[in-house]
Amino acid sequence: MRVEFVRRDQPAAWLRLASPLLAVGLALVLAGLFFQVLGVDAGRALYVFFIEPLQADWSREDILIKATPLILIGAGLTVCFLSSTWNIGAEGQFVAGALAGAIMPLAFPDVEGFWVLPLMLVLGTIGGALCAMIPAQLKVRFGASEILVSLMMVYIMQLFLDWIVRGPWRDPQSFGFPKSRDFHTSAELSVLPGFFDLHWGFPIAIFVAVGVWFFLSRTIGGFDVRVSGAAPRAARFSGVSRARITVFVFAASGGLAGLAGIVDVAGNAQKLQPVISPGYGFTAIIVAFLGRLNPVGAIFAGLLLALTYIGGEGAQLDLGLPVQATQVVQGLLLFCVLALDTFILYRLRWVPKAVATPDTIEEGS
Amino acid sequence: MELAEAFMLTVITAATPLLLAAMGELIAERSGVLNLGVEGMMVTGAVAAFAGAQLTGSAYAGMIVGALAGALLAGLFAVLVLYFVTNQVATGLALTLFGLGLSGLIGASYVGEPGIKLAPLFGAPPEETSAPIAAVWRLILGHDLLVYMSLLSIPAVIWFLNRTRGGLVLRAVGDSHGSAHALGYPVLRVRLLAVLFGGLMAGLGGAYLSLVYTPQWTDGMTAGRGWIALALVVFASWLPKRVALGAYLFGGVTLLQFHLQAIGVSVPAQFLNALPYIVTIVVLVAISGNRRLIAVNTPACLGKPFVPDR
Repeated sequence: MRVEFVRRDQPAAWLRLASPLLAVGLALVLAGLFFQVLGVDAGRALYVFFIEPLQADWSREDILIKATPLILIGAGLTVCFLSSTWNIGAEGQFVAGALAGAIMPLAFPDVEGFWVLPLMLVLGTIGGALCAMIPAQLKVRFGASEILVSLMMVYIMQLFLDWIVRGPWRDPQSFGFPKSRDFHTSAELSVLPGFFDLHWGFPIAIFVAVGVWFFLSRTIGGFDVRVSGAAPRAARFSGVSRARITVFVFAASGGLAGLAGIVDVAGNAQKLQPVISPGYGFTAIIVAFLGRLNPVGAIFAGLLLALTYIGGEGAQLDLGLPVQATQVVQGLLLFCVLALDTFILYRLRWVPKAVATPDTIEEGS
Repeated sequence: MELAEAFMLTVITAATPLLLAAMGELIAERSGVLNLGVEGMMVTGAVAAFAGAQLTGSAYAGMIVGALAGALLAGLFAVLVLYFVTNQVATGLALTLFGLGLSGLIGASYVGEPGIKLAPLFGAPPEETSAPIAAVWRLILGHDLLVYMSLLSIPAVIWFLNRTRGGLVLRAVGDSHGSAHALGYPVLRVRLLAVLFGGLMAGLGGAYLSLVYTPQWTDGMTAGRGWIALALVVFASWLPKRVALGAYLFGGVTLLQFHLQAIGVSVPAQFLNALPYIVTIVVLVAISGNRRLIAVNTPACLGKPFVPDR
């Protein structure tokens, strides 16, 4: 007997909704097994990872804070991936956005006013979009792989940030610590009323995600993006320029990653440091896929992956698991999402072993 | 003479891991599978090789463990991509994220531990040889097994692709999986083997990093080399001899990186560190601009899923 995949006549509609949930379930089982192998009790590890962060006020707020950049970047990547264009350099665009936004408080520290913060958000978005323009333009003009160029830009931007906070933008009063000056108060994203740490970034992220959903599902532009991914030939015949779509989706996803960068920096650390992201740009790739390439789905997926970050910190403290355990859980999650998506289009069939006996072949011929 | 020797050694050590990983990926891509997980397989190979060497006390055992770890991750990728027909780009990315996490998890207890270095295959030059001959000895015979394996992989892969039946089938599967299937060749099995070979080679490339390049474990020690290896395959327009050329060119870039500061050029260290990534972009643009070259050589089914039908 053997097992094989058979294409379904109709994609299984119920699985479209169920497959991310099943994927999360499967990933939990696999992660549990994995922790057991590492010598940590599976039940305890899963509890620390996925339940404990939900129990205290501060950690619930922390989930929303970490979900903010994930939702923003994930919603942007959704646009990109739907058009079958692969921007995997969001991590670099995040840094570019933080740097561009920080120009106001760091290069013009004397300029204050209510308009500084909105300007920073705009600059951050532009910075991220500009950083994404490099792979997009090289793709459109020279056919260079956008995957590889956008990834190389991540390393370049990280090194640039490292240089600038140790060099030109180093805080003169930091006693040699590599960090920038603290942002002044009009460059800080303020805390939401009634919360301790949660800043305005979270509602901004929700608003943006819903806006992206509206764009994708209710406008011609969004339709063009989806068609160019789902049916490139049809898109070409109907006059949708592939090059324009590529530039647009890179600008959109890069811009939102840049916005995430400045929102995160202005909302939390309020200064630049040599490393400002625990891999948000890469985790957001998982957010986009787990959210079924739907910006509203990305909100829920962003919350779940933020949970793994907080849970990972807990596991580090309580169970002595290295910080990379988070990344393993996230990687498993993406594997499961991708594998289970297969069942939307295919179903399994058990084939009895005795299919091709000499008799049946003779009968057939 | 000593300076020239140091230069050559820098180039060889920088080129070897790239050459190994890129040659493996070349085979996978020639069969039509784009595996973006090279970085993940490489870094897992690095940590597995380090751990293997620590546990057994033998760098050679470590090398084998590293190769197997790379192949194991490649197997996971292959099952998903070939049998579950998942998106190759997304699955490759997942493999890289997973590999980076897994390697950090395995390596957490090894950080800072001194490693076991893979010894030169032929030992040191005999004591009575004169200095220039000893220098030549070190340049030609003074390397470890992995360097020779990487160099041997060049003619071996060229011979396999162009002169053997297996190579012909592999290229057929990569260029037209429908026709290969119709002729009765097992498309998925050929691709599985090609991807496994890619993992094996990426694992060896990683093993070189943790057993020779810097015999210790540091988190994420591949530092993007897996991605550079992927770029090399494009740069080489899927031809093995050009992969070798590209790997050694990148070795030269590393040389520049090491010695630019030594000769008194005052550039911030971060800019020198960014050099390989900048060069990768420049090279990709230069080679991709030549669309005919790319169009002629790209495996026609690269990245396309194959679902056998009856």
